[in-house]
Amino acid sequence: MLIVAGFFLASCAATNTDKGGNVDAASSSASSSSGGEITAGTQEDLIVNVGDRVFFEFDSSELTVDAQATLDAQAAWLMQYPGTNITVEGHADERGTREYNLALGDKRAFSVYSYLAQAGIDTNRMEYVSWGKERPEVIGSDETAYSQNRRGVTIVSN
Amino acid sequence: MIKKILIVLFFSFNANAALEVTISQGKVEPTPIAITQIFGADSDTARYGNTLRQIISNNLTNSGLFYTVNEDLYIQSDNLVEKVPRFEDWKLIKAQFLLSADVSKNDKGIRLRMRLYDVFNAKEIEKLQLTIPDENLIRRVGHTVSDIVYERITGETGYFDTRIVYVSEIGPLDQRVKRLAIMDQDGHIDSHQFLTDGKNMVLTPRFAPNKQLITYMEYKNNLPRVYIYNLKTGEREIVGDFPGMTFAPRFSPDSQSVVMSFSDPNDSANSEIYLLDLNTRSRLQLTFDSGIDTSPSFSPDGEKIVFNSDRGGSPQLFIMDKKGNNIKRISKGRGVYGNPVWSPRGDLIAFTKLTQGNFHIGVMDVNGNNERVIVRDFALESPAWSPNGRYLIFHRQKRSNLDGTGGEVTIHFIDITGYNERVIPTPRDGSDPAWSPLL
Repeated sequence: MLIVAGFFLASCAATNTDKGGNVDAASSSASSSSGGEITAGTQEDLIVNVGDRVFFEFDSSELTVDAQATLDAQAAWLMQYPGTNITVEGHADERGTREYNLALGDKRAFSVYSYLAQAGIDTNRMEYVSWGKERPEVIGSDETAYSQNRRGVTIVSN
Repeated sequence: MIKKILIVLFFSFNANAALEVTISQGKVEPTPIAITQIFGADSDTARYGNTLRQIISNNLTNSGLFYTVNEDLYIQSDNLVEKVPRFEDWKLIKAQFLLSADVSKNDKGIRLRMRLYDVFNAKEIEKLQLTIPDENLIRRVGHTVSDIVYERITGETGYFDTRIVYVSEIGPLDQRVKRLAIMDQDGHIDSHQFLTDGKNMVLTPRFAPNKQLITYMEYKNNLPRVYIYNLKTGEREIVGDFPGMTFAPRFSPDSQSVVMSFSDPNDSANSEIYLLDLNTRSRLQLTFDSGIDTSPSFSPDGEKIVFNSDRGGSPQLFIMDKKGNNIKRISKGRGVYGNPVWSPRGDLIAFTKLTQGNFHIGVMDVNGNNERVIVRDFALESPAWSPNGRYLIFHRQKRSNLDGTGGEVTIHFIDITGYNERVIPTPRDGSDPAWSPLL
């Protein structure tokens, strides 16, 4: 019992640290210049200067006009840094079954992946994976959280 | 293993046909049963007796069909294994049935003798004697005796000597650590065991109907694929080794195949249902549609498959035959349907439905008629049938909040009449429960 309790506390501590980290990363677009230079061609560069993610409507894997604009910029960025490889993650909000959301997440990830491929990015540089509803970006059971969680995220993998 | 032990050492005797307990829709009047002390002459056997009595009493009470008459009321305190009870004394405290047992040691192990009496008719209706070779089997013997009593009195197949595999969850909701875990059907901590270490996320475990195998999905090296876990050897083997995500696995009734979804990159990662033969490893595509097809579940005769598809626009339930032909929508109500699971009796399909902001778990006839909701809440998922088709287990998750609190998820048990919902205790949070067949 003590071991379980200890582990749980450790996990909670990890949450707080990570949350702090996330908040810093999210606000870095405004404050990063004071904190130091962003290295070109990194995940941070992608987040701050291009946008690492697109959002989807409820139960949809279609790319919105906004999403397409973001992906055009991502494609240009990937052209600029040909040494980078990426993994596209597809995610869903929590208002669906686990299995349906895995399927939906895969369609979303593939939408991003194939858009980038059509924009000229070599598929050898790209992978995609669905996380269904298992890895929310924002914790919460309301539409504010859900709209942030229905997403496709481009992760620089090297 | 225990089955063999019981077959060899069992001395069971049925006096007459099953006595029916009245079970009417939605309202069950639990039958009062008295369980005497399970007598043991020394400290070991007395301890075994206490454990057995507790297991049997809990099982019967938790079924919702029985309650154990409070021990403090018992007038007669004798061991009634060899002695005829004073039925008047038991009638007085309104015990309808009476169980007495004792435990002793012999050269082969631990001997258990049990007698079950029908108090109102003043007669013995069941007796058994068995030898337990190893004290580690005490819990299973308690479950087996519970099954015998349950079957003898209700006329239905028991379900106590079974296990539940589920996903144990811990940690923040955005970085959840998920492990496969297994426990007795009562969730007793002594029976609890983790099967995986939490390094890789695991989801949706399901038992093989007649083998000691579990099929589930695991993210190994970030590749989500279908695996089989062998409970005898502890080995894990990939079976959904396709060039894309495989998920939503379930065994066929003969345990020779696994039906699952595969998102084919050559088909825009759209999920279709495939049948994988475990012997030949050949795969057969069953659905061909631009919509999502997932959550397949076989009928117990192996002839049909119910599944979830959004081919009509929104996720609904469909039935097809085992080759993928004759696809027919069965869900008729408004809302988003999912998670269909065919009952082991073959007559009902359990499902989830999202409508008006709430999840519902319900059952419908296999043609979609007579839909009824069993339980409703903000987040309910993963209905799974007891092997006798009378109960469901599922998980229930609380709302979560922006500060990271909430989201607790627990495993629940309910009679399909909607009566007798109980939490099945787990050491951490639990989701995706699945029930083993009777062991």
